[in-house]
Amino acid sequence: MYSRTYRNLVAIPPFVWAATFLIVPYAFLFSFSFWQVRSQAIVHEWTLANYRQLIDNPVYLSVLFRSARIAGSVTLLALALGFPLAYFLSFRTKTSKNILYQLVIIPLWVSYLVRAYAWKTILGSDGVLNTLLTYTGILRHPAEFLLYSPLAVTLTLTHIYTPFVFLPIYASLEHIPRELIEASQDLGASAARTFWAVVFPLALPGVLGGATFAFVLSLGDFLAPLLVGGPTGIMISNVVVSLFGAAYNWPLGAAISACMLLLVAALISGTERLELRLRHRDAR
Amino acid sequence: MMTPDGVLLSIQGVTKRFGATAVLEAVSIDIKEREFLTVLGESGSGKTTLLRIIAGFEQPDSGEVWMKGERLDTKPPNRRNVNTVFQHYALFPHLSVFENVAYGLRARNIEKSEVTSRVTAALAQMKIEEFARRRPAQLSGGQQQRVAVARALVNQPSLLLLDEPLSALDANLRRYMQAELKALQREVGITFAFVTHDQEEAMTLSDRIVLLRRGRVEQIDTPRDIYNRPRTSYAASFIGQTNLLAAQIENRRARLGDLEWPCASGQRQALFSLRPEDIRIVADGEPAKTNGVRCRGFVRSRVFTGASELLEVECGTGALLKVRVSGQFGAPDQVTVEVAPERIVPLAE
Amino acid sequence: MMAPASRFHWLSVHAAAVFAFLYLPIVVLIVYSFNGESVGGFPPHGWTLHWYRALLEDDALWSSVWNSVSIAGCAVAISVLFGVPAALALERASFPGRTIFRRLVLLPLILPGIITGLSLLAFFVAAGARLSLITVAIGHGTALISVAVTEVSAGLHKFDRAQEEASRDLGAGEWRTFWRVTLPNIRLSVIAAMLLVFTLSLDEIAVTFFLVGRENTLPLEIWSRLRRGITPEINAVSSLIFGFSLITIVLWYKLRRARPDE
Repeated sequence: MYSRTYRNLVAIPPFVWAATFLIVPYAFLFSFSFWQVRSQAIVHEWTLANYRQLIDNPVYLSVLFRSARIAGSVTLLALALGFPLAYFLSFRTKTSKNILYQLVIIPLWVSYLVRAYAWKTILGSDGVLNTLLTYTGILRHPAEFLLYSPLAVTLTLTHIYTPFVFLPIYASLEHIPRELIEASQDLGASAARTFWAVVFPLALPGVLGGATFAFVLSLGDFLAPLLVGGPTGIMISNVVVSLFGAAYNWPLGAAISACMLLLVAALISGTERLELRLRHRDAR
Repeated sequence: MMTPDGVLLSIQGVTKRFGATAVLEAVSIDIKEREFLTVLGESGSGKTTLLRIIAGFEQPDSGEVWMKGERLDTKPPNRRNVNTVFQHYALFPHLSVFENVAYGLRARNIEKSEVTSRVTAALAQMKIEEFARRRPAQLSGGQQQRVAVARALVNQPSLLLLDEPLSALDANLRRYMQAELKALQREVGITFAFVTHDQEEAMTLSDRIVLLRRGRVEQIDTPRDIYNRPRTSYAASFIGQTNLLAAQIENRRARLGDLEWPCASGQRQALFSLRPEDIRIVADGEPAKTNGVRCRGFVRSRVFTGASELLEVECGTGALLKVRVSGQFGAPDQVTVEVAPERIVPLAE
Repeated sequence: MMAPASRFHWLSVHAAAVFAFLYLPIVVLIVYSFNGESVGGFPPHGWTLHWYRALLEDDALWSSVWNSVSIAGCAVAISVLFGVPAALALERASFPGRTIFRRLVLLPLILPGIITGLSLLAFFVAAGARLSLITVAIGHGTALISVAVTEVSAGLHKFDRAQEEASRDLGAGEWRTFWRVTLPNIRLSVIAAMLLVFTLSLDEIAVTFFLVGRENTLPLEIWSRLRRGITPEINAVSSLIFGFSLITIVLWYKLRRARPDE
């Protein structure tokens, strides 16, 4: 239906831009990971030394595990907060549904920085929470452990990603024909059985999508740790940032980034395949 | 307010409002054991709402529903011994056909081996055993519909509700499934309450028809009785075709245009129903039937429909009668029509 | 129909708690932007507009705002210019490598910003380019093409293809069809995409972090101040940003709802 010229004119410019500013840069980063730095200069010799360093040096692995742990907690918490909320909005509200939905997505578009900063001011030893607790006498001394800890990072990231997790779950739930719920009840199922046998399986693609999103983005986050993480809250991306900054070892940083990229790609393709299989099962 | 003998379900004075509109108004129906009852009506007549109230998805604003001596409308839908075949089947897309049919049995924690045997039997009864492992999306509309029926029947409910289950099927498949459902109902002996807007379907399937109009019961009768003795003009014109005669009555005779017939009513005006097939075209010189009334008329139009022809005959001013003639009609424009007066049915409104 | 709607069902309590969790930090932030003294002490006292007034005189901040706005404008231009054709190509045409192209274009959405930012940094360094607002603009535009493509694709999806076919059937060429049939129908999606890209670009930090030169964008300006220490002035600017985001997102949502078939 469309002529060759039209098709080319439409498809080629975006492709060229993507090639220039996406493919080539990613390729560059990847090639950097095979080079080395010697006396403050990047040497273009091809070697696997960086990757070997990652495996040999336990520091990197431990930071990676901590990051994965934090990302995992964030994902689980965000699911625990987001799923019931999505269910509530989808099945238990009618007139207020629209307004409540808007209320959930509004925090999404409030600056990340603003939200992270808010937590910083709340959790500090001089912060709102501590002064409130000491003022009311619940605590005698401010809780030092709140800020500058993995806990603070987890809290901040959960705050950021709960709406992200909510969205695909809500979309999945809304797609469930209400007739199915009625059919389940008609056949004698209790409310619990209806949920676990009908609602949850059909919402699973959305849950997977949201969880992947939250996990991957939390894993690669470096801002929250810098703001509220302190020395114990360092995550893998902070290591990369310092390697590209003060520690000046771009090749090593690139190697870690490449590993992260591979890990993320594996995760995404894994859950995508699962999601596809689920959608195929549900014929949607 | 219990249920009388022979009656399975008793709907008593049920009223349901959505906002300011009354979707159902003081509806009372007794559904008999083992009968195939059809609730017939246009969209907006309240027929689906009535079904949903029986199933438990809506609550009546007033009135009660009783089943076999127990109050039904206060029970949640999953505790009623009633199952529904939904209009769009509502099959669980993520479960196999087997699991769909087994769903209700599993919900009641029935023992595994019994589940298997009952489901297999239900699938065989609906002739869909070969699809047991498939997903609903892989089946055609007709096959899905059978799954929906099997899924409901396997639970052996006291009452099966069917919400326009055949409306999504094409005409041939529809006729086939109508016959199947009728035979099935006789075979299993379960009471069926069937909802449709298609009067022909209602006539084919039912032991009795409940005609609903704007939330009220217009008439409850067997198909034969509702056809031959409609109570109102709505009933007369909704089911089959008819001539509505607004006649003047004087000296015990009713008259419309040139047509006159004996009428015992004391009113001055009345409405009557006369089916097109009850009007005969007589040849010139033919002797009149014992009490047949005749009049001359002009043929104004004719529509050939294959097995019969539908004529519009004008018998005097204001009397344009639809006449059904079997076979193919000859040429004349001026005809004599004859009617047996007992086929002219007086209507209440 | 469903379980009895009890006001105090645990689901509604849970929902209220989640909303509280989502909004309380922001509310606290805004409240303390009017606080007389420090940022965190409870209870707040000394209601003042001092910090907002200080903002007005803060030149460095305003120049960073201007930088952010210009970059956002460029980002919108880039993402729409390349995003609309990309969406068209993905939704309407079938060509080899379509899936890979789609994945590539949408990649920045799911990848942590650090990877996109670092890749572009490596690229610019290798190309010998100096880091500046231009490199930031390119970074934003590239990353946000994915957002534009998603929005416009959704709009194309909802828009009945038969209209385009009818236009061709009536003899219109492809360009005419695009201008007079396709574009008006996806107009709302394009506007929504522009709004979204603008807002996201204003707030972007991860990619910007690595591509910025001597001049700062607004988020980075706030960031550098945060490293020095927290002051209620930051609360004030944050509150203003929140207000602005609020308006844009409500606008965006209304645009989306106004789309046919939404």
